[in-house]
Amino acid sequence: MAAVESLPPGTPSAMRNAFGTVLSALILVLIGVLAFSIRLFSVIKYESVIHEFDPYFNYRVTQFLSKNGIYEFWNWFDDRTWYPLGRVIGGTVYPGLTLTAGTIWWVLNAINIPLSVETVCVFTAPVFSAFASWATYLLTKEVKGSGAGLAAAALLAMVPSYISRSVAGSYDNEAVAIFALIFTFYLYIKTLNTGSLFYATLNAIAYFYMVCSWGGYTFIINLIPMHVLLCIVTGRYSPRLYIAYAPLVVLGTLLAALVPVVGFNAVLTSEHFASFLVFIIIHVVALVYYIKGILTPKMFKVAVTLVVSIGLVVCLIVVAVLVALVASSPTGGWSGRSLSLLDPTYASKYIPIIASVSEHQPPTWPSYFMDINVLAFLVPAGIIACFSPLSDASSFVVLYIVMSVYFSGVMVRLMLVLAPAACIMSGIALSQAFDVFTGSIKYQLSSKSKDDAEDNTSTKNAPKDDASSGKADKGEEVAKERLSKKGKKKEREPAEKPSVKSKIVKKKALVLPLEASIVALLLLIMLGAFYVIHCVWAAAEAYSAPSIVLTSQSHDGLHVFDDFRESYAWLSHNTDVDDKVASWWDYGYQTTAMANRTVIVDNNTWNNTHIATVGTAMSSPEKAAWEIFNSLDVKYVLVVFGGVIGYPSDDINKFLWMVRIGGGEFPHIKEADYLRDGQYRIDSEATPTMLNCLMYKLCYYRFVETDGKGYDRVRRTEIGKKHFKLTHFEEVFTSHHWMVRIYKLKPQKNRIRGRVKKLKQKTTSGVSSKSVKKNPWM
Amino acid sequence: EANMMNLSRSVALISLFLLPLLSFSFSVDNPTDRRVLVLLDDLSLKSSHSIFFSTLKSRGFDLDFKLADDSKLALQRYGQYLYDGLIIFAPSTERFGGALDSKSIADFVDSGRDLILSADTSASDLIRGIALECGVDFDEDSSAMVIDHSSFSLSDGDHTLIAADDLVKSDVILGKTKIEAPVLFRGVAHSLNPTNNLVLKVLSASPSAYSANPSSKLSSPPQLTGSAISLVSVMQARNNARVVISGSLQLFSDRLFRSGVQKAGSPNKYEKSGNEQFATELSKWVFHERGHLKAGSLVHHRVGETDEPAIYRIKDDLEFSVEILEWSGRSWEPYVADDLQVQFYMMSPYVLKTLSTDKKGMFHTSFKVPDVYGVFQFKVEYEKLGYTTLSLSKQIPVRPYRHNEYERFIPTAYPYYGACFTTMAGFFVFSFVYLYHK
Repeated sequence: MAAVESLPPGTPSAMRNAFGTVLSALILVLIGVLAFSIRLFSVIKYESVIHEFDPYFNYRVTQFLSKNGIYEFWNWFDDRTWYPLGRVIGGTVYPGLTLTAGTIWWVLNAINIPLSVETVCVFTAPVFSAFASWATYLLTKEVKGSGAGLAAAALLAMVPSYISRSVAGSYDNEAVAIFALIFTFYLYIKTLNTGSLFYATLNAIAYFYMVCSWGGYTFIINLIPMHVLLCIVTGRYSPRLYIAYAPLVVLGTLLAALVPVVGFNAVLTSEHFASFLVFIIIHVVALVYYIKGILTPKMFKVAVTLVVSIGLVVCLIVVAVLVALVASSPTGGWSGRSLSLLDPTYASKYIPIIASVSEHQPPTWPSYFMDINVLAFLVPAGIIACFSPLSDASSFVVLYIVMSVYFSGVMVRLMLVLAPAACIMSGIALSQAFDVFTGSIKYQLSSKSKDDAEDNTSTKNAPKDDASSGKADKGEEVAKERLSKKGKKKEREPAEKPSVKSKIVKKKALVLPLEASIVALLLLIMLGAFYVIHCVWAAAEAYSAPSIVLTSQSHDGLHVFDDFRESYAWLSHNTDVDDKVASWWDYGYQTTAMANRTVIVDNNTWNNTHIATVGTAMSSPEKAAWEIFNSLDVKYVLVVFGGVIGYPSDDINKFLWMVRIGGGEFPHIKEADYLRDGQYRIDSEATPTMLNCLMYKLCYYRFVETDGKGYDRVRRTEIGKKHFKLTHFEEVFTSHHWMVRIYKLKPQKNRIRGRVKKLKQKTTSGVSSKSVKKNPWM
Repeated sequence: EANMMNLSRSVALISLFLLPLLSFSFSVDNPTDRRVLVLLDDLSLKSSHSIFFSTLKSRGFDLDFKLADDSKLALQRYGQYLYDGLIIFAPSTERFGGALDSKSIADFVDSGRDLILSADTSASDLIRGIALECGVDFDEDSSAMVIDHSSFSLSDGDHTLIAADDLVKSDVILGKTKIEAPVLFRGVAHSLNPTNNLVLKVLSASPSAYSANPSSKLSSPPQLTGSAISLVSVMQARNNARVVISGSLQLFSDRLFRSGVQKAGSPNKYEKSGNEQFATELSKWVFHERGHLKAGSLVHHRVGETDEPAIYRIKDDLEFSVEILEWSGRSWEPYVADDLQVQFYMMSPYVLKTLSTDKKGMFHTSFKVPDVYGVFQFKVEYEKLGYTTLSLSKQIPVRPYRHNEYERFIPTAYPYYGACFTTMAGFFVFSFVYLYHK
């Protein structure tokens, strides 16, 4: 609070500022508590468990880290996944989350708070969402003052989109990455506003933390260059911009290359090229400004024509070389996920393994309303507010929201990146609106009582130190000026003063009638209330299910389906430690973490061929599948089946993806063979290939015994083939609600029987033998 | 349920202790069979085949003769097998007495126990069924016999008494002493599925043989002809249980044992047929007196170390050894061979090395771990004609280099190191000059 300190103490405005600071601090603490506690529904309604799939892997890694230390973790070669290839965990994982939770656990234990690793993991996400709220406050404060900051922080603390990824137990990269993302942006804006190298260095470090945490760091390293380019194009180049950007690229790239999973990708892949290009451009621009400063205008013009003509030729050559280099690599140097961001149809066309993940699908309109609710309506207002006046900082958040809206439209998962932007925008919109309305009310009230002293009251009664009120804004400007002086920036922005003046004029014009203001205020409060109600509902009902324990409410009470843990426990108690379990990759992480058994494929989908092999096995008839599994030393096959209780995300519904992914590598698996007239069905109309494939058999084996008809409650139909036997697999475990079924590969037959072929031949041709065969006991 | 588990576990424990006391037969340490059940369809066979039985007895076997339709027949009692081997000399039996049927005999084989089965002309469907289970197809025509107009025995001029000398070339199955005299055979032909790699012809018919009813005229070409006809076959199951299936019961009879033989068209006349030697040697093989291998555990360690590591690093040098012993009938002798190989296997063999032997049963080799990380297996797959199959594997992960196991400085990168430091120095000098140059 440099602004507060710099003012002479004792004056009423200083007192008000001090009071405001304390109040904002208190509000921030409360927002932190809110952010933390709204995410505890999952613990209260279910239990303190790790959720879903990926968190189990992160949990397992954290356990390893806490047991073996950071060097072992760095060099960890995991032989229990991707059998027999194994996986170098240390080099293929984003270590940020694990190291964070590991450090928290270590610190807590060092000060004699003996929490288990699991507890720490469960509560990491809620803690970091409090941090993210505070980071949002800081970022928005840099853009539009602390009022907007508080509003944005409060909105972010409970935005459903973010809650969905950060409830207690959702121990995933995004939990810490969103904080890192916002904090990096904050430091960038802070550097941009102050021009301080100190913040620039902090920014690079925050970026490093983001790179450690999540692959989404590419969003930062593309968004910031875009903003820099935008600033340059709109004539907003300044030394502050240079300081905000150049150290970030140099330090950030060096630091990013230290993360094993990124390594040389930081300079090799196309995702990072934009930043280097802009790095060159900003240097050229800086040089141009410098030359402009030392040359006369006439000389400058000559120099420009000279340089431009030579520069164009050089640029063309460089671009041609770059294009040739990039084009020579098969994917053009872009990774599949990034390509599908640019061309949303890319993944579904070429990479079924990316398209098969539901969170990589484009979102539907209702999901926008579900995930950001009323923010969707406030965002446009926030964008307008950002344009009056447009500063470097506000242009950044505008760019941020535009980009994140685009990306969220490509993948549901990136809704998460949109959420903070939407919160910031809505916070700005709300705070501006409140300013206008409360300002108008105060003005109207005072003008009614005292008609004469119009100007004075309006300025005196201006709410606290908000950016919107003219005087406070001026104070901000002064503070900024001082800060920039601290940062050894002697230059003053000539453009700022007129903008501030015009703002004051505009503000005065924005005085609304009293009644309209009151009604509008009430409506805004109602809007906020709806948002809160929706968020609490979403946190409590929609996003708290841990997905390893399912519940369903029916007329005869609450049903709990704990089949997953039941079967993983069965595996860990009844199978040999080194046994290999094959399942579709979704269950890989859970099997290794909960059952401690070796799996063939898991949720880290790094080897398409291996996944395709499992997909092919699942799509093949029993004997072929047995051979594939046997060649991989598989002992048990696990399938998830929802037909008994109506659990829709089971393996039969995922099966077409297995066929597609398998067929992508092994062309004898053809999707058309599994479809009847383009329709995926498992009833009596289903194709023979479908009814004979391993997945069908393992899911529906003995299914008819449950109700006598074989009625599948997910597909809402009777199954096509009800009575059949398994020859190469034997059922060893079926969970209570039939959700998980585990089969064992039968060993190879001890003997090979003779004459199976000949017998047929004989019965058709041999007459004499037939008579013998007919009545053997005569 | 837990009680049940406990109970069964303690029963298993007790029986584990008692088993060696009750019988010292058929265990891993002593693979030769001891107690053999002989099923006959007529007790007169006991005297007509007495030489064969007495050689078995003299080798220490405890023969238990039973009629095939004895109502008290049982192979096991209280879940324990009563016998280690089974001889079925009952070709005409349509149905066994007691609890015996073709399935229980198949189970007997699947439990690792051995079987000698002999069919004969007009063998019953039961016997054919058992043979079928073992991968042997007898001629469908029950009245058919093997007829050979060129290599029959001259002794009684009957073309159905075959003098066969096409024996499998295996010292393990038929002994080191060569069987000089032809083996006399009168009985039914059978064939093997060529894709079945568990069965093996021991005694094949000559190319001129065919299978038909000798008393009737041939109306259509015979189904089985030439050397596709097998007279005596063996099967070694995947669990190393051994089975001998013969198309002729007479082959084991005293009469053919004693009979002299002269093959048609051959000047050599033998005082005594090859039958006795053939049957005896074959019974030695089938009852695991020969060709039974035992492997110790696979031992491996880094060169220069003795303890087995939990994980290897790529490009480690390692030493591998395994001990393999052969059962001589009485004791375990070192196995000597130069064709034993080890694979270092991950989906495909990355290393394939022939092991060298010290003639004391130890086989060893050393090699470098390939430059590929993953979960590897040491695999020894040894399938040699006549010997029991050895299929050993041991899993071992191979990790990449640790972060500090790479070279610290690469010679070719020295220009880059130089560039780094000169840039830093240059920047420092530049800053100094820029800041303090007035």
